[in-house]
Amino acid sequence: MNVILQKIHKQFAQNVVLNGVDFELLDAEIHALMGENGAGKSTLMNILTGLFPADKGHIIIDGKTLQFNSTHESEEYGITFIRQELNVWQNLSVLENLFLGKEIRTKLGFLNKIQMRQLAEDKLNELGISLDIDKLVANCSIGEQQLIEIVKALMTNSQVLIMDEPTSALTDKEAAILFKVMHKLKANGVSIVYISHRMEEIFEHCDRITIMRDGVSVSTRLIAETSFQQVVRDMVGRELSERFPAKTHTIGGEIFSVSKLSGKRFQDISFSLRKGEILGFAGLMGAGRSEIMRGIFGLDPLDTGELYLNNQRLNIREPRDAIQAGIGFITENRRDEGIILDFSIKENIAINNMYHYTDYGLINKRAEVDFVQKLADKLLIKMSSLNLAAGRLSGGNQQKVVIAKWLGSMPQVLIMDEPTRGIDVNAKREIYQLMNELAASGMSIIMVSSELPEVIGMSDRVAVIHEGQLMGILEQHELTQEKIISLATGEKDVVA
Amino acid sequence: MSWHKKIGDKFLPFIGFIILFIVIGMVNHDFWAPMNILNLLRQISINALIAFGMTFVILTGGIDLSVGAILALASAFMASFMVHGCDPIVAIILATLIGALLGAINGLLVTHGKIAPFIATLATMTIYRGMTMVYTDGNPITGLSDSFWFQVFGRGYLLGLPIPAITVIITFIIAWIILNKTPFGRHVYAIGGNEKASIISGVKVNKIKILVYAINGLLAALAGSIVVSRLNSAQPTAGVSYELDAIAAVVLGGTSLTGGYGKIVGTLIGALIIGTLNNGLNILGVSSFYQLIVKGIVILIAVFIDRRKAA
Repeated sequence: MNVILQKIHKQFAQNVVLNGVDFELLDAEIHALMGENGAGKSTLMNILTGLFPADKGHIIIDGKTLQFNSTHESEEYGITFIRQELNVWQNLSVLENLFLGKEIRTKLGFLNKIQMRQLAEDKLNELGISLDIDKLVANCSIGEQQLIEIVKALMTNSQVLIMDEPTSALTDKEAAILFKVMHKLKANGVSIVYISHRMEEIFEHCDRITIMRDGVSVSTRLIAETSFQQVVRDMVGRELSERFPAKTHTIGGEIFSVSKLSGKRFQDISFSLRKGEILGFAGLMGAGRSEIMRGIFGLDPLDTGELYLNNQRLNIREPRDAIQAGIGFITENRRDEGIILDFSIKENIAINNMYHYTDYGLINKRAEVDFVQKLADKLLIKMSSLNLAAGRLSGGNQQKVVIAKWLGSMPQVLIMDEPTRGIDVNAKREIYQLMNELAASGMSIIMVSSELPEVIGMSDRVAVIHEGQLMGILEQHELTQEKIISLATGEKDVVA
Repeated sequence: MSWHKKIGDKFLPFIGFIILFIVIGMVNHDFWAPMNILNLLRQISINALIAFGMTFVILTGGIDLSVGAILALASAFMASFMVHGCDPIVAIILATLIGALLGAINGLLVTHGKIAPFIATLATMTIYRGMTMVYTDGNPITGLSDSFWFQVFGRGYLLGLPIPAITVIITFIIAWIILNKTPFGRHVYAIGGNEKASIISGVKVNKIKILVYAINGLLAALAGSIVVSRLNSAQPTAGVSYELDAIAAVVLGGTSLTGGYGKIVGTLIGALIIGTLNNGLNILGVSSFYQLIVKGIVILIAVFIDRRKAA
């Protein structure tokens, strides 16, 4: 299917999101769509799939000017949009998910399970995916759930598949399966729009790349004829000299330590953190890194273990105790655990630091605005007003709001779990810069990250976790991708 | 969004109330008579007080079906204290504290008992009602007091306004300040908006929820003491289905049943709409059977309008 989007305009209230975008998707290609958060990628794809109409512009599919009035219509036509937020039913089986809303019936109107099972198995075989179709989706990994969505789209013979950040929550192994499926689909004539922030994947798997910036398409190039630097230049409109800003901080003495921590999914974890240090936590998905952090912060119960801050033993039973002790925690699930979408930017940032400006039990609104504004400025949050609902911000700006909130409570130790997941290059760099500044000002940071370049580029030392065990802590001069990977996969002997 | 649409959204319940007020009055001018307006204010006071408390609960994403039963049980205690010679003012204070305690029990069941609010308060609704029946043996408690202060509380006037209406206004102001000016109020909204994020941000979620249910119980008992004063007796069947009128007022006022979004002033207008319907339809001579149907339809219309606004 050949899809041409011509001079698409879209405005929400005063906010111009798309300002004359051109985009062409060829038959049987994998076309990367890149751009910072808020550049208009999702809006463009929502217009193509009929979630809302364009203000101006044309959609031409195989030579015909078309306009879908609902996502249902575009799906009927063979264009499916797989969104970042997965659209699967946890309480149903894989098979039931695959046919949801398109169940095949017997003559009497009952479910024709035999035929559905046959079709599903054929499709999975065809794509080379091994998956138990009777499994409850709740028991499937995120990667499997992603595949279920894709297979579901293909059950109706989609000719165009749009995927928004499909690999952001996948392990490398799961991602590899996904790419295999994508190439198979391409060979069968399916066109794929691949929205991602991951440069490496795009260069490995895509045919062409279109870059969007500030509501226009800046460039469309063949992957074979472009470079990493060129893409970044197109995306931010200026050269990023390097991905990770230079460090300026000096590291002090030990401030925080953890001794023989054990919980549900980790055992016998001991490490210490020095003042002004960024300690990375590397490991595979599900190795137990997040669980360790949740244990430290009092979110999950600990079986055993001791925590010390400034040589004082901490007794943390709930997050509130951790906050009062001087620990902050930015979790990996921004939407579920970080931000309150209905709250304004101001209310979100203020939530854990209102005591700074509460007089006689009443919030001093002017002092609150001053306090919050300073934090918002420090984080360079792009917004029209502090009173804007946080739900209307891009992912990168939402993350900045969460970070601003935690800076407001002035922690000595800040735990950041996947601080740049699903965030564009520019916002990433801003967050890295901020982390360095915080460390330079004496804050100690624990950073859990699944992106190896990030771990190596940002950390002073790196702790590697494998299946709930601390495999070793690497000093800066020993940091290489190979060393981290071999520890993370359980080959302990390489360090010695 | 253009300015008139913004204004329209913000004042939608209010506009609805004004239209209702004008239309009913045009059909029968008696509705606009000053005496009737004062009567209307007194009539809504019970529902408004309960609905204020319900607003807090619903903002956290909860619900409380037991308020009618709390009203009855607290009323029975209050009347019984008075029969045994307790000063009426002291009896009112004790009754409201009992209401707060009964509400706090709901809160404990929801937080520490981890029972869904609907189920927890469905159970306590039955238990509290049963306790009222046991305590009163199913009979009204009468012959309470001819003390001036007791009678004034439910029946008196100050500066031409019924005292219960003044109680509503004072409670409204306090509730508004709590919800809009205090960290506690902000936390109530935060819990309804995202409970997990609130816990991680150090909000004392359990404590606040218990307090919110306690406030709800306290206001139900306060409403109960107005009823006792007005009737000069406590009825074991008082308050039956009051929880539904209170929930209706909250919903009519635009508060989201999933929590996190809503305004106390909306609830006040919601209570006014329901009161206007009850009073107006009576004046228009509509049978109480039809009144029920009309009230239900108005709630549905309000929800439909609200949904279109959100879209």
